[in-house]
Amino acid sequence: MPVESIHSLHNNPQSLRNPSRVVVAMSGGVDSSVAAALLVRQGYEVIGMMLRLWSEPGKGTTNRCCTPDAMVLARRIAAQLEIPFYAVDAKAPFRDSVVESFIDGYTHGITPNPCLVCNRHIRWGLLLDRARALGAQYLATGHYARLQQDPSGNIQLLRAHDKDKDQSYVMHVLSQEHLAYTMLPRGEYTKLQVRKLAQEFGLPVADRPDSQDLCFIGNGDYGSFLSRIAPQVIDPGPILNENGETLGQHRGLAFYTIGQRKGLGLCAPHPLYVLEKDFQQNALIIGEKHLLGKTELSTATVNWISGEPPSSPLRAQVKIRYKAAPVWATVTPLENQGTQVVFDTPLSDITPGQAAVFYDSEFCLGGGTILRHNIDSNLNPI
Amino acid sequence: MNNHTKTYLDYAATTPVDPRVIKAILPYFDQLFGNPSSVHTFGQQAEAALEHAREATAEILNCQPKEIIFTSCGSESDNLALRGAAFSSRQQRGAKHILTNPVEHHAVTHTAQQLADWYDFELEYLQVDSHGMVPPDEVANRIRSDTAVVSVMYANNEIGTVNPIPEIGALCRAQSVPFHTDAVQGAAYLNADVGALNVDLMAIGAHKFYGPKGVGALYVREGTSLIPELTGGGQEFGLRAGTSNIPYIVGLAEAFQLVHAELDDRASRLIPMRDRIIGQVLEEIPNARLTGHPTKRLPNHASFVFEGVDGNALLMLLDVEGFACSSGSACKTGNPEPSDVLTAIGLPAEWALGSLRVTLGQSTTHKDIEAFLQTLPDAIARTRQ
Repeated sequence: MPVESIHSLHNNPQSLRNPSRVVVAMSGGVDSSVAAALLVRQGYEVIGMMLRLWSEPGKGTTNRCCTPDAMVLARRIAAQLEIPFYAVDAKAPFRDSVVESFIDGYTHGITPNPCLVCNRHIRWGLLLDRARALGAQYLATGHYARLQQDPSGNIQLLRAHDKDKDQSYVMHVLSQEHLAYTMLPRGEYTKLQVRKLAQEFGLPVADRPDSQDLCFIGNGDYGSFLSRIAPQVIDPGPILNENGETLGQHRGLAFYTIGQRKGLGLCAPHPLYVLEKDFQQNALIIGEKHLLGKTELSTATVNWISGEPPSSPLRAQVKIRYKAAPVWATVTPLENQGTQVVFDTPLSDITPGQAAVFYDSEFCLGGGTILRHNIDSNLNPI
Repeated sequence: MNNHTKTYLDYAATTPVDPRVIKAILPYFDQLFGNPSSVHTFGQQAEAALEHAREATAEILNCQPKEIIFTSCGSESDNLALRGAAFSSRQQRGAKHILTNPVEHHAVTHTAQQLADWYDFELEYLQVDSHGMVPPDEVANRIRSDTAVVSVMYANNEIGTVNPIPEIGALCRAQSVPFHTDAVQGAAYLNADVGALNVDLMAIGAHKFYGPKGVGALYVREGTSLIPELTGGGQEFGLRAGTSNIPYIVGLAEAFQLVHAELDDRASRLIPMRDRIIGQVLEEIPNARLTGHPTKRLPNHASFVFEGVDGNALLMLLDVEGFACSSGSACKTGNPEPSDVLTAIGLPAEWALGSLRVTLGQSTTHKDIEAFLQTLPDAIARTRQ
């Protein structure tokens, strides 16, 4: 595998009369701060930006990705690095894309992942557009992932050296065009090294991840948020066992996740788990643990990092959630741009709406949203 | 970031302190540091400086020294004027009607709103015209015998329009209703003679005219009754307690004197540059409009809206290109709500969100203006959606 560092793609900034201009997405946290400091040290003309994102009005809390404290911290770090810093308002677009698709997903019986939508439409959408309008050649973030270029010029997305911290899962939605504008300056370093660098640069080491899961929901849980903002999800229906017998009533499919055991409100001799959400019948299907495993899933259209789907089925390690361990599977690309994924061993928590992301060792190949049902078996492999 | 390669075009937000002012201030930090309320010589020296500053300020305003109240800023002066007059008018004659307008600085509108929300006053807004000007007729039509206070700003911070203060003041005086004007923007460039302006209360802040931040003043016409806001040691004739900030008060007086000694020279130098910007922008940039009055405006103030432009993105882009401007009021949160002022003058959101304010000052040169005009059209084009 080719291992040219992405930095060699970007002309050595010090050798240029006009150094490349880079916008760094700052969060006030140590990762993006160190990313900014590294770029300043490398001689880039660095501009800090921070997104202001939507949160539920009247809840007295701000979006957790951009609290006032974090904003103040980011401003101070920018001042310390002597770089300009701007807040970019993305409240309305965030509401319209990320929150809307979150509500839409739950209304349609799936468990969406808003970070993926945000990365695609807000960070590598609105923020990248803003950076380019400012004349920046690159957008840099503090994500834990790496980029490199293969001999044909394609940019590859790699997992971080720190396997626990790896964020390539949430970056699998990016296209070659996105990646060509992207720099991940701290991706080559481990968390420990980043902390050392922060000390070296004299930066505060506040631990703020660059993405906060469900950042717009405030202090409550997602269920009460949905009840307020999308009351149509309160839609009681039957709880059925695998034989179709009614065991009780659920509050609305949105309030349950696959594999959930607690909070079902049932008395049974053996622990019962949510096996499936049957959206057509508005029924929650439950059963004993041994029924939980599944070996297959289908995905919607896959974003292949290379830009091209593979020409034949491939063996890959697949992550079915951000924090899931990668597991071996055979991935068959289908003629409808989706894939059929068959795991070597059953998985208990395949969740429609989350993404299945494919890896070849270090390389993130791409991924797609897990569908509610396995798609039509007469779809042909490509 | 090197400020020497950047061009500051945001003098309405704040100004650098004049070196002559800095020189005047410095002895009062360590040499003449006394408390003017003290009996001893140190105190007497400080008191002399305070009263000298009061006299100098009064001279420019053409009023008596005892009519000058020093405060911590323009906003505090506005607060004292509005709250003080509102509470006093209610106490003395049961008046509870407050008359102001939607293009005032938030120091006035938010204070008036609080008086309405929490203290049971009735708040009424005068209509402004499409230039953001308050027509005297509006005041004549809406003023009542139970009006507690009328507040109309001298010159608008966002759009530069100068109001017909003498006419509005005369109307209020005929009704014996206290009239306050926020002159925080106007004081740096306009005649500040309170006799000619027919005002009872007038707020100024030093940092808008090359004085230090953190000091302001309120003119209170003799016979105008105010309830104090800050109670304590009885300083400032009992209207504003707290140990006098002698260095900054000295700085305010010095800066105010310098600005008013050079008032005409400053205006006649800046007006051609202002009009060059206005002319070029309206000629060169499609779908651009001037905001505020074309002629009755501050000599250093050019303000525009551009249809379909993201105003916050425009400010960033200009800053990166080396020009420090504003969208209207000093605000860095990137809030995409159209401003109250631009909404009040009837601009739809697709225009109002693309606002730009360019305000000139002592260091601005023709070369700066030409460089700015070279950069602006491309910046506008790149931020049009």
